[in-house]
Amino acid sequence: MLVLNFFLFRILPGDPERTLTRLQRSSPSTIDAVRKELGLDRPLPVQFIDYLGDTARGELGISYVFTRPVSEVIGNALWPTILLVGVATVGATIIGTLIGIWGAWRRGSAADTTSLGFGLVTYAMPEFWLGMLLILLFAVTLGWFPTSFMSTPGLTDATAGAQLVDTLEHLFLPALTLVLALLGEYALIMRSSVIEAMNEDYVTTARAKGMREALVLRKHVVPNALLPVVTLAALNLGFIVSGAITVETVFSWPGLGQLTFRAINGGPDYPLLQGLFLLFSVAVIFANLAADLLLGLLDPRIGRA
Amino acid sequence: MNAGAARSGRAVRRARRVKALRSSAGLFSRNKMGMAGLAILVVFILMAVFADVLAPEARLSVTNAPGAPLEPPSARFWLGTDELGRSVLDLVIQGSQISLLVGFLATAISMLIGALVGVTAGYFGGWVDVILMRFTDWFLVIPFLPLAIVLAAILGQSLLVIALVIGIVTWPGTARVVRAQVLTLKERPYVERARALGAGKRQIIGRHILPNVFPLIFANTILVVAVAILTEATLSFLGLGDPFSVSWGSILESAFAEGAISLGAWWYLIPPGLCIVLVVLGFTMCGYAFDEILDPRLRKR
Repeated sequence: MLVLNFFLFRILPGDPERTLTRLQRSSPSTIDAVRKELGLDRPLPVQFIDYLGDTARGELGISYVFTRPVSEVIGNALWPTILLVGVATVGATIIGTLIGIWGAWRRGSAADTTSLGFGLVTYAMPEFWLGMLLILLFAVTLGWFPTSFMSTPGLTDATAGAQLVDTLEHLFLPALTLVLALLGEYALIMRSSVIEAMNEDYVTTARAKGMREALVLRKHVVPNALLPVVTLAALNLGFIVSGAITVETVFSWPGLGQLTFRAINGGPDYPLLQGLFLLFSVAVIFANLAADLLLGLLDPRIGRA
Repeated sequence: MNAGAARSGRAVRRARRVKALRSSAGLFSRNKMGMAGLAILVVFILMAVFADVLAPEARLSVTNAPGAPLEPPSARFWLGTDELGRSVLDLVIQGSQISLLVGFLATAISMLIGALVGVTAGYFGGWVDVILMRFTDWFLVIPFLPLAIVLAAILGQSLLVIALVIGIVTWPGTARVVRAQVLTLKERPYVERARALGAGKRQIIGRHILPNVFPLIFANTILVVAVAILTEATLSFLGLGDPFSVSWGSILESAFAEGAISLGAWWYLIPPGLCIVLVVLGFTMCGYAFDEILDPRLRKR
């Protein structure tokens, strides 16, 4: 992972020192000085060893755009993204699961068909477009919610309660966008998983015992059908972080996604992009690990195998 | 002379394949979802093919735009105008060309890499398989969009680069499916027979393996086009598209950059997005229909 991350950004064309010094019309000597400062004058293997050491120490270089350490820039943007992605994941998982159970239970009904169609359409929709439509409708036309940023400027001296309400108001639309974008997938998976579980022998047994249908569903079907959704939720976590890139851009949400957008359009800002890419990859790897562990806890069969 | 013996093996094979194709086509035409998807796609493909007739490029000139900036829809401009006074309808029609082109090109690249890796890994097995599959898994795990962004940012901005980037990030799925199929195919009696008769690797792969994995690659590919078109839109929206060509993603980018949202210019925002949704939906629906035909277990569910 680290190896690729390093070479991906080194081998391919790009002139970091040019980008950095582009603004001040710089002389060759300045460029040389910058090269030396960034360590770009040394041979590649040496640079690579340096890179490994720096990364282990959490030093990811200096961002060209912000002229501050990459780790600091990323650190500042981390929490807004975790907040947004966390809320969206929890919301989409819960609502999607409920829709899925309901659709499977009333299979073939009008509501089921509608939710299937809805799932297909949201899958086909670019999430940034959905976000723009929501802003257009709820923020610009109806004026119910703010259009962008995480808080109203100049509200820093308000009470904690007022600040919380303000943040929630700003959070609502971007979170709704992500929830809608993810919802369909969860609903579809939960639906087919419930349908599969309903055909199991133990469900027939439970019914034969004279158990009420709702109780069968709650006690026998749903717990077993939840497994794939849990995996999906954990796996998606890493991907949502990156999926939030466009949504954050649309809503000017001060998180990692918007940072990525600024890194692309500011140069491109290679150290920052490199740091972000590393973080996204690590997030996905940890999410995979978490999914495996969680599944082992929930499903005793896996632990034994 | 025996009439049966006069028919060469080749003719028998061809007849069998034509028959299989006919029955698949018959199943497809009875699949409502598939036909609806196909209808949508035909409309958009016609639109892309005749784009230069429907919306001559001269009308998209930046310096000599036909209308006033951001005019709402009217009899003259059905979908209003953009910030330069160009007709949004014209832009959307021209955009269909680039969006579909990039989608198909990216899919072709993805299919080529995926089929190559899948067949090689599946057929040769052993350490080749292990190494190739490690590599594939690695690509599957890496977050897709950041990788695409990084590659596009480094390689520069052109249509070919965008297609290449999308191809690079989407091939692993195809490779996995193809490998699994090749693994079962190479144990089939007729492959064994061919090997016993002394057929070389090239002949077995070319004659027996490839024709049988092709339908699978095809079904997979349709879904990849959908992903490719969405990814192209996303990359263009983030400013990584080709600055000299109009695609649905780049229209949305300029609409966003020009503040179409806060100006309430819905006619500028809705049409390109709607086109993306419809085309992706069309490909997805066709893809599901093909899946059902190729995998009888999925039928009537």
